Formats: sequence, C-alpha cells, structure tokens
Amino acid sequence: MKRHFRVWRGDSSGGDLEDFDVEVNDGEVVLDIIHRLQATEAPDLACRWNCKAGKCGSCSMEINGMPRLGCMTRMSTFTAAETITITPLRTFPVIRDLVTDVSFNYEKARETPAFAPPAGVAPGQYRMQQIDVERSQEFRKCIECYLCQNTCHVVRDHEENKEAFSGPRFFIRAAELDMHPLDDRTDRKQHAQQSQGLGFCNITKCCTEVCPEHIKITDNAIIPMKERVVDRRYDPLVRLGRKIFRRDQLESEGALPSQRTARVTAETPSGRRLPEAPAVGPDGRLDISELAAPSQGGLSPFGEDLTFPLPPEQVTYHHPEPDPTLPQSEPPATGGSNS
Amino acid sequence: MTTTTERQLYDVVVIGAGGAGLRAAIEARLAGKRTAIISKSLFGKAHTVMAEGGAAAAMGNVNSRDNWMVHFRDTMRGGKFLNNFRMAELHAKEAPERIWELETYGALFDRTKDGKISQRNFGGHEYPRLAHVGDRTGLELIRTLQQKIVSLQQEDFAETGSYDSRIRVFQETTITELLLDGDRIAGAFGYYRDSGDFVVFEAPAVVLATGGVGRSYKVTSNSWEYTGDGHALALRSGATLINMEFLQFHPTGMVWPPSVKGILVTESVRGDGGVLRNSEGKRFMFDYVPDVFRKQYAETEEEADRWYTDPDNNRRPPELLPRDEVARAINSEVKAGRGSPAGGVFLDVSTRLPAEQIIKRLPSMHHQFKELADVDITKEPMEVGPTCHYVMGGVEVDPDSGAAFGSVQGLFAAGEVSGGMHGSNRLGGNSLSDLLVFGKRAGEHAAAYVETLAKRPTPSRVDLAAATEVALAPLVRGEGENPYRLQQDLQAVMGDLVGIIRREGELSDALKRLHELRVRVANVAVGGDRRYNPGWHLALDLRNMLIVSECTAKAALEREESRGGHTREDFPKMSAEWRRINLVCSLDEAGEVHLERKPVPTLRPELLDLFERSELAKYMTDEELGAE
Ligand SMILES: Cc1cc2nc3c(=O)[nH]c(=O)nc-3n(C[C@H](O)[C@H](O)[C@H](O)COP(=O)(O)OP(=O)(O)OC[C@H]3O[C@@H](n4cnc5c(N)ncnc54)[C@H](O)[C@@H]3O)c2cc1C
Ligand code: SF4
Ligand code: SF4
Ligand code: FES
Repeated sequence: MKRHFRVWRGDSSGGDLEDFDVEVNDGEVVLDIIHRLQATEAPDLACRWNCKAGKCGSCSMEINGMPRLGCMTRMSTFTAAETITITPLRTFPVIRDLVTDVSFNYEKARETPAFAPPAGVAPGQYRMQQIDVERSQEFRKCIECYLCQNTCHVVRDHEENKEAFSGPRFFIRAAELDMHPLDDRTDRKQHAQQSQGLGFCNITKCCTEVCPEHIKITDNAIIPMKERVVDRRYDPLVRLGRKIFRRDQLESEGALPSQRTARVTAETPSGRRLPEAPAVGPDGRLDISELAAPSQGGLSPFGEDLTFPLPPEQVTYHHPEPDPTLPQSEPPATGGSNS
Repeated sequence: MTTTTERQLYDVVVIGAGGAGLRAAIEARLAGKRTAIISKSLFGKAHTVMAEGGAAAAMGNVNSRDNWMVHFRDTMRGGKFLNNFRMAELHAKEAPERIWELETYGALFDRTKDGKISQRNFGGHEYPRLAHVGDRTGLELIRTLQQKIVSLQQEDFAETGSYDSRIRVFQETTITELLLDGDRIAGAFGYYRDSGDFVVFEAPAVVLATGGVGRSYKVTSNSWEYTGDGHALALRSGATLINMEFLQFHPTGMVWPPSVKGILVTESVRGDGGVLRNSEGKRFMFDYVPDVFRKQYAETEEEADRWYTDPDNNRRPPELLPRDEVARAINSEVKAGRGSPAGGVFLDVSTRLPAEQIIKRLPSMHHQFKELADVDITKEPMEVGPTCHYVMGGVEVDPDSGAAFGSVQGLFAAGEVSGGMHGSNRLGGNSLSDLLVFGKRAGEHAAAYVETLAKRPTPSRVDLAAATEVALAPLVRGEGENPYRLQQDLQAVMGDLVGIIRREGELSDALKRLHELRVRVANVAVGGDRRYNPGWHLALDLRNMLIVSECTAKAALEREESRGGHTREDFPKMSAEWRRINLVCSLDEAGEVHLERKPVPTLRPELLDLFERSELAKYMTDEELGAE
C-alpha cells in the first residue's frame, strides 16, 4: 500500500519538505521507508543509521514533530490516512537532509570529568555488589541518540544557552559517576551544578519522555544531583550516614526514617507539569541530607543554590515561539509538555 | 569540481573506531605516539556497540576450574583446529587482564555474589566465561573505551591546552586508499562524509580495525559499515587475506517481520534456558549432535534441563552447540518442511523462565521484540533463522604483533578484519575479547615500528591524484548503473550461491557473475553532490565488497571439505588433510585475485598435550599424530 510522506530536504542554507508516496509493507519501520526512498527516488537522501535495532542511537529524527529513532518507529503506529512528516533534529545545525551536526554533544562529553579510578586498587581487584552498580548501569544504557538533548527546551531554539548547559545526557553521565561505587571523585554534584548548568533544568521531564532506553533521567539522575552539595561534603551527619549504612543494612534494620512524601506546592514557572518531589533513594540519602537542609520539605527542584525571585536579567528561559520558517507538525508536538 | 585535499600528519593512524580500533589507539597514545582514529560513522556507534552476549575471558569467577588452558581448548575445538594456535593461546592468556583493565577505565560489568565480574554460559564454552552487562555488553565495551579516550584527551588538554594534541577522532570519515612509499605504508586517503572533501593522513604506521564483510549478504546482522573496506585496503596495498571462505551464519536472527530480517537474537537466550523447537514442537537439536561433540552434550531433555542448575554433574543442552552446528540444524529442519511460518524455527524462553526473570536477564531482547516485532517474548516464542554474522577470515597477520603479512610494511590489523585467530568458526564472546587483546597488541607494535624508522615514508603525488580520481569517478560519470541496484545484485549472488550450504557448480557460477558485476561496478554513477551523499558512499564501497566477495567465492570453491563456517554439500565431511591448509588470497599486478595454499602452523607440543589423543585423532592425520 502506498503512504504519503513529507521529508525535509536541504542544508544549512535552508530547505523544504518534499512529498513522496512510498510503498509500505507489513511490519516496517520509518527507517525502512527512508531506505526505500534512497534505493528508488532519492539516492542522495542523507540519513544516519547503523544497527537498525535501537542499539546505536544513530537514526534520531523528528517524526510528526516527535523526536524518535527511525528504526524503532513502527509504521503500524500511524493510521492509514496519516501523512508522515520527517524532519531533522531541530536543536542541532543541519548538515544535509536528516543529518545534523551533533558535535555539541561530543564537546560536552569532553568537558565532563572522566572516571577516576580508586587509588591502590589493582586491576582484577575491583569488588562491587550488583545492587550498588545497578543505579549507574541504568545510565550506562544510554545509546547517545541525543533525543533528550534535542528535546530539552533549555537549548532547543536557544543557541545562547548551549555554552553553559551540558544537557540531560551529561547530567546522567555525572550522576552515573557520582553513583559509581568506586569512583574516586567526590565533587560530581558540585561539578554538575557549577559547570554543567544543572540549575537551568526545571524538571519538565521532557527528556525522560523521549528517551528510547527508558532511562528515568529526571527522577533518577537530575533530581538526586540537585541535592545540596554542601551537605555531602561538609555535613558530618550525612558523611556518617554514608559511611555507616550500606543499603542491605538499611533495608534489613530499617535504620532510616521510612520514605516520606515531600510536597512541592509552587507551580513551575514554565509549564503545566508540577515538579515532583525529590525521589528518596533506597539508601535514604535524600532523607538524611534533608535533615540538615536549611528549609523544611523537599529540596528545591531548582537546586538549593538559587533564590527566588531571580533577577530578571538572569532569567534565561523564554517560552518558545512558533518558528514561522519551520513546518508545523500535525499532532501537537511533544504531547503536553512545553518543549 | 574543486578537489583541495587536506593534509594531516600523525605517527599512527587507526582506521576503525570499534573495540579493536579504540583499544589500539589507546595503546599507541600511551606509547607516546600522535594518534588519529578514523571511523565511517559517529564516534561510539561502531559495530561493536551491537554485541550483546559478552566477552569471553577465563577469569574463573563463577567456576574456579576455568583457566586459560580450558579456554584455549574450547577456542581450538570451536575453530576445528584450523586456528592460528599462537593467537588462540595469546587470546586465552591475556583476555582476563584486558577485561579487568576495562574496570579501571570505568566499566560496570554485572557482578557475582562476592562482588567480582559475573560470567555467563555461552555456546562452545565449557564453563561460564562471558563477562557481560545484561545483553548490552558491546555498548559497555565501546562506551568505556570511548570514555577512556576522552579521559586521555582531558589529560592532554590539561598539559597542552588542546584536547586533540595527541589523540584525535575523525568521525564520519571514510578511507578509500592506503598510500605507500615503496613497500612501506606512508598514509591513508579518504573523504569527510559530511562535506565530501578529501583528506590525506600521512603516517608511517596504519592499524586496520575496520570490522567485517556481512553487507555483501542479503540476510545479515551487519550494518552498512561492513563492506570489507579493511580487507580490500589490505589487499590493494600488498597484504594477504587468509581463509576467506569461513563466514559465520549466526543461527538465531529474527526472521519476522521482514524489515528486521537478520537482526540478531543473542545466544544468551539459549544460554539462559531458551530452547529451539520445530513446527511439530520437537526439540530437534538432540538429533544434530555431531560425533566430535557427543561426549560433551546431553542426550535427554531431562539431563539438559538439569544442567542449568547443576552444570557440574550434567552435560550441556545441545542448543548450546557451536553456532555452525546450530545454523546447519535449523537450515535442515526448514528444508525438511518443519519450519515456522516465516521460514525459521521457534526459539522459546516463555515456557522456560518466569516473565520477570526474562525481563531481568534479557532486557534488550525483550525490548527489541516488543518494539520491532510486537512479540512479547515472555508470552510467546520467537521465530528465528540463520543470518550472516561474522567473517572468520581476514588479513593474515603475525600473531604476536598484528603486523600484516605480504609485501607491505607498517600495516597492522586487529579485530574482525584480521584472520586466523578463530580458525573455521568463532565461539560467541571470543570476538569482544579478541578486539581487546589484539587491539592492544597492534597499537603497541605499530608504535614500536614507528620508532624503528630512520625517516618518515612519504606518499607519492601520483598515488594521491589516482586516489582522488577513483573517488570522484561515480560523480563525474553522469550516466551509469545505480549503486543500490548493484548492491542488491551482489547480495543476491552471495546469498544464493555462496551462502551457508555451497556446491561446486554454484560457486563457479558465482565467480562468473562476480566478474560481470565487476564490469558494471566500474560503470556506477550517482547524482547529487559530494556533501553527505549516501549514494556516492555506497558506490565507493561496492568496489571493496566485490573484491572481498571474490576472495570468499574463490576460497570456497577451492576448499573441498566442510568445516566450521564453510559447508560443501558435495564434500560434507571434515578432512584431516585439509586441516593442514590455509587458503591465502593476494592481488596480482593486474588487480586479479590470486589464491594459494599455505601450511597451517603446527601446534607446539605442550599445547598439543592439552588434548586427549583420541580427540586429536578426530581432526588430525595419522602422520601428524605419529610425529609426536
Ligand atoms: C548483532 C551482533 C552481535 C554480536 N554479539 C557478540 C557477542 O556477544 N560477543 C562477541 O564477542 N562478539 C559479538 N559480535 C561480534 C563483534 O561485535 C564484532 O566482531 C566486533 O565488534 C568487531 O569489532 P571491530 O573493532 O573489529 O570492528 P567494528 O566495531 O565493526 O568497527 C569497525 C570500525 O571501522 C570503521 N571503518 C570501516 N571501514 C572504514 C573505512 N573505509 N574508513 C574509515 N573507517 C572505517 C567503522 O566506521 C567502525 O568504526 C556481534 C556482532 C553483531 C553484529
Ligand atoms: S527535565 Fe526538562 S529542563 Fe531538565 S534536562 Fe530534562 S528536558 Fe531539560
Ligand atoms: S539518555 Fe536516553 S535520550 Fe538521552 S542520549 Fe541517552 S539514550 Fe538518548
Ligand atoms: S539505527 Fe541504530 S538506533 Fe536506529
């Protein structure tokens, strides 16, 4: 059966949507259609792909306005009459057609301090419990598709924020190292807040929503990373807590106050979605640091390093205005979120 | 068309950013050499990312009886004793160190109860041996190496103010030609995929780590990158290829839906309890245990099932036979009319493990089937069949240094592009460890080779001009054949005539057709310009696919026996005489593939003593056994 497609073609100097009617077979995904176009009508249509199995993160694109992997978007998810519009990632400069220049991400990767091996532990002598590596393993599932980076409103349509903001992909990298049982550095959180621009993030969760690996970027990485830095480094109670209680002990002895549901009452200034209470890790880390926090209730999702109201000249967020030069996607963009 | 060519000067150029290439580059940089890493796709997306099951290393964490000798034995058995024994030995000995080293780079493998690296069972390995991270081990490996390179760059930045001062990644850059100065490597020529501009890397040493050749087949687990570039570059520069007839068809590729045909279902599905059934519901693998393996595999379903919980007192299930055996068995079942609707067989874990266990142990398989095939593997069986997966043959190298044989000097190869290590068939998990062991060695020896040179070889201008002309030809030609069409035709020839089961008549036919294709490929033309033009890229890759396919077909026709990844219907038996022969391809002056026979190196006595005589008798001639 033939289906209608609109594919953006062009380069850094501009471009337009081109119409195609393409044969679609049972069980195919959007990337198959692009391959069919290449083999027939448009041999020079540029598109990245490698694995065709959702493992390499090469085939990121926007399909009907949704940031997605082309190889993991089944044609059967669209209705028969639906026109399918395929555009390149919007946050990164276009090279050609669906291929964008993602070097921003490689630059940010370089600026994130690497794993610091523990001194005096020989290779082969690393000992870690499965339960302790699992949290970092969640983040290491990342296939670097950069869909989260593309979606985050802090840099989408805001070129000026790119310098100071590393983006969700690199917040989870910092979190991964922070939670790595043997990483020797203790300043991962501080780095995220001071150098990666974690404070820009207002927990809209759009990144989590588009992550094809279903990594809970916001709940499991960003929010814990927004935990007050000073507590961890200087607060004796926190240090004591981290020293004494291992997770297994915590669970068996109930050594810590049980999980508490912190309430956040203020609406986020920029969206319909309420920020969620900080997740209390199974080791109760947030609980303890909260004891030492200057204010009651959940820690601020904006980071404890910000005081409100912000001076207007420091406010970097603007509501996105529809860009008249870009095609309007058919269904509302990222389902109810504000990015 | 303007053709400015950028010049880059390096000490060591590593072509390929998979496991082998990255490991080689790390070593060359640690040896103080200015190193470039070149890859066709983005940094961190090389094929290695797709490896699922794990990396084999005899660390003995799960079963303390495991050691390098057992691993060596398994590797030799898997390769049917055609392996380069020295490579198999080095690999078995050094793999644990290479894996442990990854932990110091930040890797997080799954753990055992006592906090060590966990190891899992895999086809052909006697003990649980594969270090793994769920079923995304390749991703962990490549990300770890990628991050190690970044950390080296950070060190360089702190010292010199530039991240790129000692090690630089050129991503989305394709090398089309190696440049020589006499017999010495002088550099590499290629283009940036995004701009289409040309670039020449001048360097006295080149490490090839370009991976495999699977794209020449219709049903394959391999991506567009696997066009045999490294194999072809080596041939054209005077190096030799060994045993190109041995291709591994992975027994369990997805067969439905059609668009994902070929995509892999990891072997760990079977290692964790999955079983193969035909359309009659029978576990048919029990009927396909070959004599050489009879002693190690269970004879009844009961014994096989007990093995999962008590491996010391039971023999393993036949589902875990080496891949070539399983692939052939599936092929036979389908041919006999007992296949699944889509032309495969059923692979079932749903009735074997509770759903939450399946999701825990095989998360990405669960995800993959759910998203791609709309199949819930915790509830229903998968449909699977053989898919072209790995090439055992490759650049003939010195086992210790990875230096290429043949006339060329300064060329090294590691990873899938090199040959010998796996003999006629590779065991699952032996590739990832191979990448690390021989990647490191190639990097180290490439750096050492550079030290020995009194002066840098320089590429000649004539060669440069020729390389430019060849690269531009498909764009300049205007009218000609469509590259996608040609690729399909090539895939049809290889898939139909040089596939799993081969016959003399078909192989001769294939060679004839490949010759015809060669004329057509010489006439390929593409539209568009040089900026990120996939048609043009494919047109240039075709030349490599073709020459490598020719080597495969020629060697397959020559080897009149069936062994590992080479099955001849007209010569169904393994021959002890043929075990002593390597088939070596080179290019002659006229660019024609030349095939010759060379003896397989003889095992050292202390290695031979690791096997029982009765086992050796299944593989070796009386003369060899008597000679001891
Ligand atoms: C689906 C799948 C699952 C697998 N599972 C396992 C497993 O569980 N265990 C295991 O041990 N093995 C497994 N393998 C095999 C293993 O992954 C590969 O053999 C191995 O990753 C090859 O690594 P490599 O470093 O040699 O090359 P690759 O990782 O393939 O890298 C090749 C590199 O060379 C570059 N390149 C190629 N040509 C050029 C050129 N002309 N110019 C510039 N750059 C070029 C590419 O861009 C790429 O960066 C699996 C393979 C597949 C396909
Ligand atoms: S939660 Fe929202 S603001 Fe924060 S990183 Fe994710 S997308 Fe960006
Ligand atoms: S975190 Fe998820 S969305 Fe972001 S790059 Fe990684 S896999 Fe992609
Ligand atoms: S092609 Fe690898 S994720 Fe889509």
